[in-house]
Amino acid sequence: MPRKSYRQAIGEALRQEMQRDPRVVVIGEDVAGGQGGTGVVDAYGGVLGVTKGLIGEFGAERIIDTPITEAGFIGMAAGAAATGLRPVVELMFVDFMGCCFDQIFNQAAKFRYMFGGKVNTPLVVRAMVGAGFRAAAQHSQMLDGLFAHIPGLKVALPSNAYDAKGLLIQAMRDDDPVIFLEHKTLYDTMAEVPDEPYTIPFGEADIVRDGDDVTVVALSAMVQRAVAVADSLKKEGISVEVVDPRTTSPLDEESILESVARSGRLVIVHEDTPRCSIATDIAALVAERGFHTLRAPIHRVTAPHTPVPFSPALEDAYIPSAKRIEAAIRAVLAAPARLAS
Amino acid sequence: MAIYGVTVPKWGLSMEEGKIVHWHVGAGAAVRPGDPLVDIETSKITNTLEAAQAGVIRRILADLEDVRACGALIAVLDDAGASENEIDSFIERAPQEAALARAETAAAASEPQFVELDRIRLRYLSMGEGKTPVVLLHGFGGDLNNWLFNQPVLAADRRVISIDLPGHGGSGKSVGGGTVDEIAGIMAEAITSLGLTRLHLVGHSLGGAVALALAATRLHDNIASLALIAPVGLGQQVNRNFVTGFIEARKRRELQKVLELLFANPALVTPDMADDVLRFKRLDGAEDALRKIAEANFSEDGLAVLLSLSRDLHSPATVIWGLADKVVPAPPDDEIRATYERLPGVGHMPHMEAAAVVNRLLASHFAGNE
Repeated sequence: MPRKSYRQAIGEALRQEMQRDPRVVVIGEDVAGGQGGTGVVDAYGGVLGVTKGLIGEFGAERIIDTPITEAGFIGMAAGAAATGLRPVVELMFVDFMGCCFDQIFNQAAKFRYMFGGKVNTPLVVRAMVGAGFRAAAQHSQMLDGLFAHIPGLKVALPSNAYDAKGLLIQAMRDDDPVIFLEHKTLYDTMAEVPDEPYTIPFGEADIVRDGDDVTVVALSAMVQRAVAVADSLKKEGISVEVVDPRTTSPLDEESILESVARSGRLVIVHEDTPRCSIATDIAALVAERGFHTLRAPIHRVTAPHTPVPFSPALEDAYIPSAKRIEAAIRAVLAAPARLAS
Repeated sequence: MAIYGVTVPKWGLSMEEGKIVHWHVGAGAAVRPGDPLVDIETSKITNTLEAAQAGVIRRILADLEDVRACGALIAVLDDAGASENEIDSFIERAPQEAALARAETAAAASEPQFVELDRIRLRYLSMGEGKTPVVLLHGFGGDLNNWLFNQPVLAADRRVISIDLPGHGGSGKSVGGGTVDEIAGIMAEAITSLGLTRLHLVGHSLGGAVALALAATRLHDNIASLALIAPVGLGQQVNRNFVTGFIEARKRRELQKVLELLFANPALVTPDMADDVLRFKRLDGAEDALRKIAEANFSEDGLAVLLSLSRDLHSPATVIWGLADKVVPAPPDDEIRATYERLPGVGHMPHMEAAAVVNRLLASHFAGNE
């Protein structure tokens, strides 16, 4: 089985689906490399090289460079989706969503509902999320909770190259708007990725580690951190189950509840800020529907309620660390057991 | 007089290391070729390594739960009372020789290739050279990796080719109507395309039905011998729960439960094994192919068609079956008109569960029919 990077897996997903379906087009800033200017064609392939090579194969009609105007081109993509194309539009940094949020949450998310089902909006918005690059407050956020909050949007957060290809092909074949969030520190991570196209259904969690003592739900770049902690605690005889929901909308509630029903303990690890985030959402879900299975309070391990620091030392403290994850696991294990009734 | 090293084998394309989970022998034990030495666990499955030489175990170099790379030295045996110093020197030389062995294995290790036919592309793995070649056909939902404990061993003295059936593994996923007859047509073309004019044919489960069809019709004159491992097509019902469960299972744990039906010992099904199957099912066209094949062949009518093929059997045939097979139950002795080896305590995957026994049976069947 060939090993590919997260970046290659995403590029391959785009290329294979564009080969299969002529309606798929790629839109964004520098997706080719300065179309219309005097620069070299395909100079970049996107800011981190994901779309490199595509313009050579598919041409300028299907790989569309845009000016720096998110409101303009996200709106254009939403309209193109509603009128027969299947655009994959790149928002570059999710932090820029403020410039185009109306096109996403009031337009694309609501077209089908407000037009009585007469229109589908098969739009994919790809964006980079996350901290760790010293890119500072306006280029390092997660913000994924804002999208999961909106009815009509689907949200995917692949944690590895294999999931990235399968979820992106699924996203392109989905008739609803999908927000596809790629963690910027994962682009060079490798995994076994089949050469053939494949899909991973939305709303299907991956149980990355089986365990009995505590359930750790983790997303995106936090999955590998949780797995490293789980593997280290295994040597002490602590059995940790790591659940990667893969998509937060739809969310695989059943897998999370089933896992907590067996372990009785829940730790949620998410890089987003805690107020109104998906970590908080999952905690409420389990508190409400898994209350009687819990043997300890739920712990969320999240970023603090602050902007992402520019200082490297502070940024490292901002992102949930292995130490904090381990401390949370030990805390839920140490909590006094529920008294038998 | 010689000192021999027992090293971690390389089972399958993706194995890089193994964990020692059980020693059958200790220092001082006398062993003969074929005696079980140690059980080694990989993320995919566990298997028993057997002694390749006769002698006495002089040192055990890995403890339970130790993880060692393929090629690493885990025990030393000798057949002529070497001194402790000589054993020590042997062990000291071992890292260099392990590195050499790894390089040799890497060089010799085959990578899968493709054969392009008009209507489909098939993936195959070819190893070895020498006597009459062997073709291995896996079963429903499987792929060429199912032969990981058999192919390298059988390839010691001949070319052994494992091929992914249409709809499976890395082969194209379009299976037409999915009947065994159509699949046999494609496999006959592939075998011809690979330049094989005389071969031993081995088939497991659905692959057994394909092998039967090939022996009865298209490759009638090319087959030196036929070996069927728990084949579909000799009259038995196929466990519907297994087939439906295999196709419909969405989650890894659910699929794990279904896969446990394949083995007499359910503990052989690892999460990684189930994950591999799940990843296969997600490939474009895979599930569709499985459904078509199941519908075309595992119904009452489908099985009746397959049974009619076995009546025309001419090749020297041997049939191997696990008595604890829950997927295609082993028929009684008098129903099989061929050499019939029934293995107690073995499920639907004898070539994996009792690899050494099956390898010996196959090797002697080939030797008797070159």
